[in-house]
This record gives sequence, structure tokens and C-alpha cells, in this order.
Amino acid sequence: MNNGSAYVSMRDITKIFGTVKATDNMNLDVAEGEIHALLGENGAGKSTLMNMLSGIYIPDSGHIYIGDREVRFSSPRDSINAGVGMIHQHFKLVEVLTALENILLGFKIGIFVKKNDQKRLIQQIMEKYQLEVDLDKYVYDMSVGEKQTLEILKTLYRGARILILDEPTAVLTPQETVKLFKIMRRMKEQGCSVIFISHKMNEVMEIADKITVLRKGRTIDTLDKGNTDPQELTELMVGRPVDLSIKRVDKTSDNRVLRVKNLRADNEEKLEVLKGISFDMFQGEILGVAGIAGSGQKELCEALAGLYPIKEGEINFKGENLAGRSPKEFITRGISMSFIPEDRLGMGLVANMDIVDNILLKQYHGNKGLFVKRKPASEKAKEIVKKLEIKTPGVHHPIKNLSGGNIQKVLLGRELDSHPELLITAYPVRGLDINTCLKIYDILNGEKKKGVSILYIAEDLDSLLGLCDRIMVISHGEITGIVDARVATKEQLGLMMLGNKEVDHAV
Amino acid sequence: MQFRLVKIAETSKKKQTFIFLAAILLALFTTGLFIMFLGHDPVKVYLSLVNGAFGSRYRIEQTLIKAIPLIITSLGIAIAFRMKFWNIGAEGQITMGAFCASYLALNYSYLPRPVLLSLMLLGGFIGGSIWGIIPAFFKAKWGTNETIVTLMMNYVALKWIIYLQYGPWKDPAALGFPKIPNFAENAILPKFLGLHIGWVIALFLVISVHIFMNYSKKGFEIAVIGESVNTARYAGIEIFKTIVLAMFLSGGICGLVGMIQASGVNLTLSKDITGGVGYTAIITAWLGALKPHWIVLVSILFAALVQGSSYIQTAFGISAASAQLLEAIILFFVLGSDFFAKYRLVIDWKGLSRKKENKL
Repeated sequence: MNNGSAYVSMRDITKIFGTVKATDNMNLDVAEGEIHALLGENGAGKSTLMNMLSGIYIPDSGHIYIGDREVRFSSPRDSINAGVGMIHQHFKLVEVLTALENILLGFKIGIFVKKNDQKRLIQQIMEKYQLEVDLDKYVYDMSVGEKQTLEILKTLYRGARILILDEPTAVLTPQETVKLFKIMRRMKEQGCSVIFISHKMNEVMEIADKITVLRKGRTIDTLDKGNTDPQELTELMVGRPVDLSIKRVDKTSDNRVLRVKNLRADNEEKLEVLKGISFDMFQGEILGVAGIAGSGQKELCEALAGLYPIKEGEINFKGENLAGRSPKEFITRGISMSFIPEDRLGMGLVANMDIVDNILLKQYHGNKGLFVKRKPASEKAKEIVKKLEIKTPGVHHPIKNLSGGNIQKVLLGRELDSHPELLITAYPVRGLDINTCLKIYDILNGEKKKGVSILYIAEDLDSLLGLCDRIMVISHGEITGIVDARVATKEQLGLMMLGNKEVDHAV
Repeated sequence: MQFRLVKIAETSKKKQTFIFLAAILLALFTTGLFIMFLGHDPVKVYLSLVNGAFGSRYRIEQTLIKAIPLIITSLGIAIAFRMKFWNIGAEGQITMGAFCASYLALNYSYLPRPVLLSLMLLGGFIGGSIWGIIPAFFKAKWGTNETIVTLMMNYVALKWIIYLQYGPWKDPAALGFPKIPNFAENAILPKFLGLHIGWVIALFLVISVHIFMNYSKKGFEIAVIGESVNTARYAGIEIFKTIVLAMFLSGGICGLVGMIQASGVNLTLSKDITGGVGYTAIITAWLGALKPHWIVLVSILFAALVQGSSYIQTAFGISAASAQLLEAIILFFVLGSDFFAKYRLVIDWKGLSRKKENKL
């Protein structure tokens, strides 16, 4: 029998994509006035389950109840009408409109919009939930935190009583996260049901009342926060005991590998995205890069790899200036640098090709004559598959069918195979499960021991603090400071990510 | 009750073949109904369709003559399509190839035959490749939409030929009839095993394109660009050069068709030189999955359909339009069947009214 107080109840929900059961008879009960965390690794089915509650996917079987009625959503609009609101990781806002216009957009209120009446209504909601949004501000002027608050306000205005937040803290600084949690608690007090998707243990422990752990498309257990601890949750999530600590290997040498001086670059709209970046990198060290998403990390990596046009500045790699050179010149000049891009399938690899052809991508320039040689690539592919324990039916299998972790291993394996002296990695563990993350950290530490200099861009401050020697913080295309990872704190990094230079304890 | 479409992640080869064959059977059935409506026996009509395409040496030759331009053009288009460069401009490229070849044929007929024919082949290739490079340059430089540019250039080429045919190149000996003079004997493709030598060129190209696309560095680069331009940049591929090269080849191969049609089939240049091959080849290239060997098979079947339906037209007195309808229905079903290889229809019969308590 169902828990009588449950407001939202999902029963035996199954959804199949192709041959994969994304959710397998999942169950979830959320009461009114409860913050319920969904905890699970990537691919556990968290987002799929929530997409079914918000009408984006339709379950293949199972039942959803809201209040005491069964509901069947065939579109997001149905679910909005039933009081469900979902805040996605990527905000659905129109940049060139104001906050108010975004809220009113696409919502049925007759032909003519009585802006002032609606504005009053919105202000009442803002008061009730203590949300701070400047309704006349344009979205493009807003910070990520402001946009998120606006998304929440938008869903509340549309009458949401059940709010789903899909990994809301991934894009926030620690300070913004604190603000978000305040809002979530306020909503709970007002009797809303809040469902919070996350894989960050500490956040779940801080905010949630109840926690449902998902693993590989199944509901493993629902626990009260008071009766559990992070270790238990992790074991439930992964399915076996794990050591969560990241090891730091000591730095060995002081030889400088790379010196970047006053690097400037414009984006396509001629706005400066890198505003005079200068830093050094040494042999056998991991230099972390922290920053709010879109602060120039992507442009910095691509500029270093010769993929982003540089306006000004110097990239000195072992005495050679690389600024303005193309990837092709890197290859012909034998520059010993590898780049693991953020978008693995969109930039590093070719999704529709097999492992052999993806290895070939890095080798064929060296093949003599007009033709490519697949045989050495095929041997190399087998070697990498074996060495990195890549799970694949064979080396002639399109890599798009592999899991995210295995795809990343193919990319890392290929890049490390050229024995680079400088390795640039952009979000190398994004979207990977805990075990693969740890494996990747091990690989990076192994390279560091060999004397490779590694630029490590990440969004997870815990991994940055645990893995790196130094952390460089960038904000709006500027370096706000480079700190020693052994002594830095999250709060300090958070302030610097917001552009505050005063907390800088440069080393 | 709810209907919804579910995307199928991967379809097995077996199932794909089944769907393909089912589509052809359904198409034949549907067309059969139509033939019955016209008052003929569908089975008889189908049998004579095959008979018309392959029933005698002459008919087989005619089918092959129709297949040759389709095969070569499809090969040219396939190179561009592999790069996801949607070259809809084969018509124009064929026309310009034919124009260049004809210019040589009409002005240098005094040259020895092998020399003249070689020059004409070269001219055909260059004419087509120029028409291919222009949209490639715009696309690679400024990101223009190649579909529109290639399509529009077809009309430019066509109008150019019309101008020549009705103006400067009009045959004074044709008593005012707007026609370009026939080629001299020297400028006509010789026959080999009963068929103009274009089939040898086609065969040569099938093998060359297969090797180029699968084993050459440039072919590999073209495929990588087609999958992801960013990955190509990352891998150090020179995007601009490769796009232009791919369209040089794609347009050039299509241009050869113009030379072969003018010199081997029509024996002159006219505004109808392409016979719509440039558009039909888009379909055959696609149905052949951009793979040279499948393109050969699909093109021959397509040519057989065209040849066979012109036969049943005379044999049964079915109008030309009806014969074309038959082609269209088969095409419609085959192209439409692709949808069922990618999606599955799910019908949800369950009602909406059930209350929570009943279930639990």
C-alpha cells in the first residue's frame, strides 16, 4: 500500500530506449512540504524518471499519481497544468527578453497581456517565496544564479506545486548554492514538494529530508536523511564499497614547460572572452582551472590547442611561440601537446566511426603516400582497449554506442599514446560515474609522475582541491588568482569565481 | 488511447532488408491496384516490364545506356554527400561538363580522335569541377548554404546552353531549327563490346571512387569533415582545402557525365542533355547508401524501371504519365520505408480514468 501522505507517487515506471531499460519498474513517493533528493550516478535513470514526471517522455508502462488522481501526460503542458515544474540544467530562457517577458511568454492569458496585473501577481509570488528577481532586467545581463531564480519564479507563476531541480548546483558557485538552498527551504515551508536531482553527496546531506537512491535504472532504496550517512549512500549508489578519496601525487620538478603571456581573444560577436591571461606551467604538475561555466575555460583550452583565434599574446611552449599556429602546424612541427576537449564526440572523436578509425585520426598524418594504413591503428586500438579496460564488443564498433566512460577512455588512451609533455584536459570526468572518475584521476596522476604537465579544467571544486597542485581561478575571461590547492578553501575559490580578487593568496 | 512514435536505436541488417523488400512488395501491390483500375492485368504488366528492360540484347543495351550516367553521377554526388555537402547541383555540373566538351568537339574536330576525345574528357571534368568549386568556395569561406547555391547554379548552366543553342552555336545548316550541330565522327565515343565506351569509364570510376573513399587519406578526411567539422579541425585537417577538393572531384565526375552523354549518346549538345539525371542520381546515391557497389545495383534497377516502363507504354497503351506514376509509387514506398527502420509506432490502449486506489 502506498504511503498515505504522498502527494506525488510514481509506480512501476518503465521506460525503454532501444534495448536499454532506462528505468526499470521505478517507484518514487514524495510528500507535500518535503525536499526529496534523487541520488544516483550518471545513467542511473534520474533525469529519465523526472522527464516522465514533467511530460517530456511518456512511460512505456507504470502509473503516475498526483494528489489522488492518476495522470497521463502527453506533453509538458499537461504536466504544467497538473502543477509540475521542472528546472533543467540548461535554462529555457530567451536572452533578449526581460525577466517579466520571459515569465509571461507562451502562457495562455488571452490575446492581450495585461502586464501590470500580471506583474502584481508575480510580485506577490516573489514575496511569498522571498525570491529576488529584477523583473525589468534583461536575461543576457543576468548571472547564472539570477537566471535560475528566474526559472523558479517562472514555474511558480505557472502554478507549480511540485518543483523538480535537475542538478541545479552544477553551474553555481558555493555562495549561489547557499542562496538556492534558502529558496528551496522556503518552498518546503509553503508546502511544495521539491525533488532535487544530484550526485553530490554533501549537498544531498545538507538539504534533503528524504533520499531515494537509484542505480542502473532501478530504485534501490528510499531513506530518511537522519538514518543514513554518506558512506552508506555511496555504497548504495555504486553497489559496492568505494574509497572516495582522491590521491595527490607530489610535484617533482621546477622546469617550466609552458608560459602564457597576456593572451587575448575575441568571440564571434567581437566581445573579448580572454582578457590578458598569463600563467606558467611546470613539469610534473597539475594546474587546475576553476570558474563559473562560460568564464573563458573553453576558449582558453582551444586557444592553447590552436583551435581558437588569438588576438594578442604569447604561448611559449619550451621556447617556441605557438600563438597563431594551426593544429596541422602543431603536427608537422611535432609539438608534444595533447588536448582532451570538453565535447568528446563533437570535437575529440568521430561518433559514427569505430575505435580503429578514431585512433587513425591521430596517426594518418604520419602515414606515407596517399593512403591510410589501418593495420597499425587497429593494433594500437586493441592495445588501448586492453590497457584501459575499455568495454566494447570489438575495435570495429562505432564508438557512439559505447558508454560515456568508455568513450572518454578511448580519447584519453589515444592522446596519451603520443606521450605528450603537456596535456590539456577540459572537464575530463564530466558525466562519468564515480568509478570511472577515480580511474581517470589515477591515469592523470600516473602521467604527472612521468613528468607530464597537466592543465585540468573542472567544475567540481572537491576534485580540483584534491587532485591539483595549484588552482587558477578565472572569471569573465580574467584570472582572479592562482592559489595553492593544499591550503585553499571552497569559499575562497567561490568568491574568486565571482570575480573577487582580494582573497587571492597567490603562490 | 495514445499514439506515439518510438525511435529505434539500432536496426539489424536483417530487419532493414526485410523492411526494404516489404516496401517494394507493397509498392508493387499498390501500383497493381492502379493498373487493374486502368483495366490491365498487373502480373502481365510487371512481367513485360522486366521483359522490356532485359528481354533482348538491344533492351539490355538500352537499359545500360540509361544506367551509365546514373552510376557516374551518383558516384560524384556520393563524394559530396559523404562530406554532408548537399550537392544538388549535378544537373549544372553535367551541363557545364557537356558545354566544355562540346566546345572542343565543335572547334577542334581536326585533331586525331584519341587526342580529341581525351581533351574532351578532360574538358568535361574541368567544366563540371568549376561548377562544383564555386559553391564549395562560398561554403568554406563564408558558410553559405550549398543546397541553394548548387541548385541555383543549375539554372545558370541551363540558361547558358539555351542561349548557345538559340544563338551563337545554332546550326546554320538546320534550316532555322534551333539546334547545335552534330559532332564530327572524330568527337564521338567509340563502342566497346557493343556499347559506347562510357561503361568502361563508369566501371573504372566505381573502383577508383571506392578506393578513394575507403582507403585514401583525403577520402578519410572528407568522411571526418562530414561527421564533425570540429573534430576535423582538432585533428589538423585543412577544412577549406578539403571541402574545395571534394567538390572539385564531385563536380568533375558529374562533368564527365556531360561529356559522355554528348559524345556517346546525343552526339551533340542540347538543353536536354542531362535528361534529369542530376536529380535522379541524388535518389540513387542515397538509396545506394553512398557506397559505390550499391550505387551500381540501384542505378541499373532504376534504369531498368525507366526502360521497362517505356516498353509497357507501347505494349499496353498505358500513357507515359501512368508509367511515371509507377516509378513514383515505388520510390515513395522505398524512401518512406526508411521511416519504419528508424521508428516504431506504439499504441497505448489504456484509459485515463482509473483511480489510484484500484491499482494499489
